[in-house]
Amino acid sequence: MIQFDQVSKRYPGGHEALNKLSFHMPPGDMRFLTGHSGAGKSTLLKLIMVMERATSGQVLIGGRNVSKLPARKIPELRRDIGVVFQNHQLLFDRSVFDNVALPLIIAGYGHRDVGRRVRAALDKVGLLDKEKLNPITLSGGEQQRVGIARAVVNKPALLLADEPTGNLDPQLSAEIMRLFEQFNQVGVTVLIATHDLSLIARMPYKLLSLRNGQLVNAGGGDERE
Amino acid sequence: MSGNKGGASPKPRRLSKLQSPGKPPRREVVGAKKHRTGFRDRLDSYRSHHRQVAGESLRRLLKRPLATLMTTLVIAIAMVLPAGLYIALNNVDELSQGWDGAARVSMFLKFSVDDSAAESLRSELLKREDIAVAEYISPSAALAEFRERSGFGEVLDQLNSNPLPGLIILTPHAEHSGTKQLDALRGELAAMPQADIVKLDMEWLQRLNTITEISRRLTLALAVMLAAGVLLIVGNTIKLAIENRRAEILVVKLVGGTNAFVRRPFLYMGFWYGLMGGVLAWLLLQACLLWLRGPVSELSGLYHSDFLLIGLGLGESLLLWLAAAGLGLLGAVLVVGRELRAIEPR
Repeated sequence: MIQFDQVSKRYPGGHEALNKLSFHMPPGDMRFLTGHSGAGKSTLLKLIMVMERATSGQVLIGGRNVSKLPARKIPELRRDIGVVFQNHQLLFDRSVFDNVALPLIIAGYGHRDVGRRVRAALDKVGLLDKEKLNPITLSGGEQQRVGIARAVVNKPALLLADEPTGNLDPQLSAEIMRLFEQFNQVGVTVLIATHDLSLIARMPYKLLSLRNGQLVNAGGGDERE
Repeated sequence: MSGNKGGASPKPRRLSKLQSPGKPPRREVVGAKKHRTGFRDRLDSYRSHHRQVAGESLRRLLKRPLATLMTTLVIAIAMVLPAGLYIALNNVDELSQGWDGAARVSMFLKFSVDDSAAESLRSELLKREDIAVAEYISPSAALAEFRERSGFGEVLDQLNSNPLPGLIILTPHAEHSGTKQLDALRGELAAMPQADIVKLDMEWLQRLNTITEISRRLTLALAVMLAAGVLLIVGNTIKLAIENRRAEILVVKLVGGTNAFVRRPFLYMGFWYGLMGGVLAWLLLQACLLWLRGPVSELSGLYHSDFLLIGLGLGESLLLWLAAAGLGLLGAVLVVGRELRAIEPR
């Protein structure tokens, strides 16, 4: 599902965020992306989303080489990827329902389909009764769950999360992680960037540990550190 | 037809399943139909999205009525000026059209032409198809009239001969009263041996027409400049709107919104601003015309004229609205692409 071949990313100014990084993540896998801040976690996610382009090497997502993807094809790729952000990226000028509906409206779903899918996604994260509220009135954990509902409403094959539990207490973090596990159990490939080591220590998933833009654990990141 | 065949042939099996078993399959027709419904479905969803976005951007504008009114008013004023001048010029045209019919040609005869020769010339000229009325004023009649009107009678008595020439006053038919036709007529008459001087009594009208033409061009130049102003106003307003919705644009791009999707509400916004500005300009013009109508008809009554102020016809009104909406849309197009490219998720 995700394949990096000798990927390097050098930002203007000379900072090398990733250095000849190679790994392969098969479909249906769930992994944690760890490392100190500045180790290249965000850059790796941005390359998958084509928010940045690799300086050298190839990034393949679902078999597509996105390093050479023309700009007009980027929206199409992003529709197949659900993303959960640390700061939620919710819009406070509209209801929870409309926030979650956004990816569907963009993809051109019909009115009825939108309603059905949004409610299914909100039900999944346990917020069905809050659909009419403005997300600004929700707690941090609830806002993050709205963000997750929006990420999965389109039933993407790949789910990325960037520090999804960054601002949450341990109990809420565990709840969020359980949600990700549930999505993984129905076949979604899940990649979660986090520095919350105490959280992932209890979970039986493989790690991708970055240090200075390179994998710490040799062998394509298939072993636990 | 060949295109239909090409479209149908890759999936013959699926298509023949759609046929009822008794009839022979007509692949081209089925293929074409299938294609059309698919296209129509997509078109339907595209259209419903457009409707939705159009409605939403209008609601967004109406949610902030004061700010919207300000922008709309600026656009309207920029449109009222050239449109008002256009109406004024149309009215001047209409007025001078009425005077064209009253054009006259004065043909002063040489002193060698006596009364009987002049009379026969008059009846000859009257036979021309472009001349409606021809009147001969003999030198003695002219002298009598001059004596009566000028009050120089005693001075005239001192003269031993009549200094006034004979004169034929010609009134052309209305359909031959165009400036060029009159000029041609004047030339023809002047070339006649009996003629001394031929004068066109409409030189002032030509001057008026020239002034009107100059005003028309000035109006056009003004319209072009003010249209550029409208583009800038709409562009700037939309720039601000884009800045205000920056967070939303970023999220939309992150979850897979195309540039066209992001652009659409702002293009509709420009369209609505333009259209509302055009309608407001139209209303302002109508109010002005209503306000002027009374005094104008009073004035034309004093001149025993039945002249009525002409406003904008249906076609011209529509043109005004469409031009305004088009300007708004163009203003949006000019700014949206550049602004949105600058907003990319990082």
